[in-house]
Amino acid sequence: MSSKHDSMDGAVASRRPEAARQRVRNRPHDCIDAAPSNSVASCLGGNSFDRRAFLKAAALPCLAACAVAAVSDRRLVAATAPGASPAAEDDAQFITEAKFYEKLPYKKIKCKLCPRECVIDDRERGYCGVRENRGGIYYTLVHSRVVSAHIDPIEKKPLFHFLPGAPAFSIATAGCNVNCKMCQNWEISQVRPEQVRSSYVPPARLAALANQNQCPVIAYTYSEPVIFYEYMVDCAEAGHAAGVKSVVITGGYIHQEPLQQLCRRVDAIKVDLKGFSEKFYKEVVNGELKPVLNALVAMRKLGMWTEIVYLVVPTLNDTDEELKGVARWVRAELGLDVPVHFTRFHPEYLLKNLPPTPLETLDRAKAIADAEGLHYVYVGNIPGHPGENTHCPKCHRIVVERVGYTIAAVRIRKGKCQYCQQPIAGVWAV
Amino acid sequence: MTAGSTSRRGFLKRGMAGALFLGGVAAAGDSAQPVALVPGEKSRVVIGRDSKLRAAGAGIDSARLLNLLDRAMQALYGLGSPLEAWKKVVRPGEVVGLKASCLAGRGISTSVALVEAICERLQQVGIKEIVIWDRLNSDLESARFQIRERGQGVRCFGNDVLGYEDDLAVYGSVGSRLSRTLTQICDAVINLPVLKDHSITGVTIALKSMFGAIHNPNKYHLSVGDPYVADTYMLPPIRQKVRLTICDATTALYEGGPSYMPQWTWAYNGLIVGLDPVAVDYTGWQIIEKKRAGVGMKSLKEAGRAPHYIATAADVQHRLGTNDPSRIDLVEV
Repeated sequence: MSSKHDSMDGAVASRRPEAARQRVRNRPHDCIDAAPSNSVASCLGGNSFDRRAFLKAAALPCLAACAVAAVSDRRLVAATAPGASPAAEDDAQFITEAKFYEKLPYKKIKCKLCPRECVIDDRERGYCGVRENRGGIYYTLVHSRVVSAHIDPIEKKPLFHFLPGAPAFSIATAGCNVNCKMCQNWEISQVRPEQVRSSYVPPARLAALANQNQCPVIAYTYSEPVIFYEYMVDCAEAGHAAGVKSVVITGGYIHQEPLQQLCRRVDAIKVDLKGFSEKFYKEVVNGELKPVLNALVAMRKLGMWTEIVYLVVPTLNDTDEELKGVARWVRAELGLDVPVHFTRFHPEYLLKNLPPTPLETLDRAKAIADAEGLHYVYVGNIPGHPGENTHCPKCHRIVVERVGYTIAAVRIRKGKCQYCQQPIAGVWAV
Repeated sequence: MTAGSTSRRGFLKRGMAGALFLGGVAAAGDSAQPVALVPGEKSRVVIGRDSKLRAAGAGIDSARLLNLLDRAMQALYGLGSPLEAWKKVVRPGEVVGLKASCLAGRGISTSVALVEAICERLQQVGIKEIVIWDRLNSDLESARFQIRERGQGVRCFGNDVLGYEDDLAVYGSVGSRLSRTLTQICDAVINLPVLKDHSITGVTIALKSMFGAIHNPNKYHLSVGDPYVADTYMLPPIRQKVRLTICDATTALYEGGPSYMPQWTWAYNGLIVGLDPVAVDYTGWQIIEKKRAGVGMKSLKEAGRAPHYIATAADVQHRLGTNDPSRIDLVEV
């Protein structure tokens, strides 16, 4: 998996502590919630592979080498011993019956997990590529099938008002129920599970790994956790049993019923609001805006801690009209205390022809949202930008000082500004 | 390949064992070129049918199928010899891929008998290496093909053996990784779709068969497959390497596809052969519509899934062929 972009070109504010600025300059800086390149085995430990997974992992370099040899002289070498079918025997451990589907005549099913409501014939998969109809029964193919695992600061999700500084044990499976042209994780989100290397990490194991690595939080992220719903929910339950919280990083394209059940099991959700028009959602995301807005409203009503990221893509979703629309909608429907992050786009996947978001555009977006009265508006993917800091909405002093994903100072005591005692919305302690 | 005792199957078994037997006729030096579609000319589509194609017991008579294939190829090129026709398609020494369609498993997949017949003719015109391929080994096995990944002669395996290219191939609305079998193994491809409807995209014949060459076809069924099917076919390795379409219409499906729905299949007992995948698709679509009308079913348009991607494939941006019946030279043999 390719490494993601540096964001070292961001301006560094003069009030930053020098040491923190130095750390930012010297350390490669991944974009917000990009899946890291040394993904699968980096933090799963030596015992994460069972024997079959180990053999499969060992076979993959052999397959690559054999493929090169095969290409060069047009001979094909089987990746495994003749007659073996390792994929079949390995895959069974990842397959379990899916939730939220409806049986139809002639062995068809209708998926009810997300608003796309794929109608799927026998032997076919839904749009997400990871849920399959087998003889009229619908299965998830990715339960416990981790393709990316890393310990990230929670600010990278980004979640700025949830346990600041906490390391998040971050995982993903393959798949996604949209196809954003700017996806920075397309190499895992836009593939089928059998097309990418994975590890078997059952929920109890994941919770244990989080504890072993002093991570108070598990983050379901990188690809789209809605499509690995069953696994996510099971992990959240195992995590809670082990004293570990769960946060979800999602595009929010999910039906109400599974969302409500999810909200009973996780502790925070960050939603990527990709744009603010159905046109953008149709043409760039291959999704729909309205269900995402409905999901956000539901989350707030359920008391779920929610933050929003709006990735500003030059020329596609960066007009004043759209930015005002987002800010006004958040103010009206969610409230002033929902943090909104305007983050910088980097050319990726199917939008390599566009430039990174100009700093001026992000500043404009922040200014528009600030003018609408939102309390917590941030600028992301520009380390050192003053828009990374949390200000008290009453006295306006900095209550959480950040440089990139590093916490420089927290001036919140028992959930309140240490200067004026104004409550600061968020979850500040376990 | 299934084991058998017929002379053709024995011939192929010898070929698979590594022998360089070429069937007694060394390929002539006639250089085969992909036939370019010339604006203004007609696209010939040959429909070959044999009412006695199925032997007693409903199995396909291999000898009759070979004869049907020969007649169709001769009619396509206007030649008196099937081997001369095949020499127009492939060149000696090329690695020829046969892109099968086996998603639906036994019942409505590219038939082994057809593939055997094609392999026989290809070997007789000097093709030493043939690769039968589709998405997955399991798909091929479900359609009764035998996986054979190594060795010379005729091999058979899915994209899951070699995987996909790392880089994306992009055209229009499509950005996909292409099968390495297509990009790095095959010099030429013969597309072997089946004649069937599709519950989302209307039909799935020649154009949509190439969804089996990309890593993410599940992303491209929106909007009744339009423009995704046409855009996928525009990806250069597909457009440049596919030389010929032979649609297996021995058994056809008019409702419930792409899965096998035996109650909605019928024994069309035919092959639809052409160089123009758009014309083949248009022709196949009309056959399905006629059958649906004959049993009192709604047309695909009335059912909300008219395959508009066929027209898109014919438009000025794509120019993959023609869907204009006045420009299709339909020949029935």
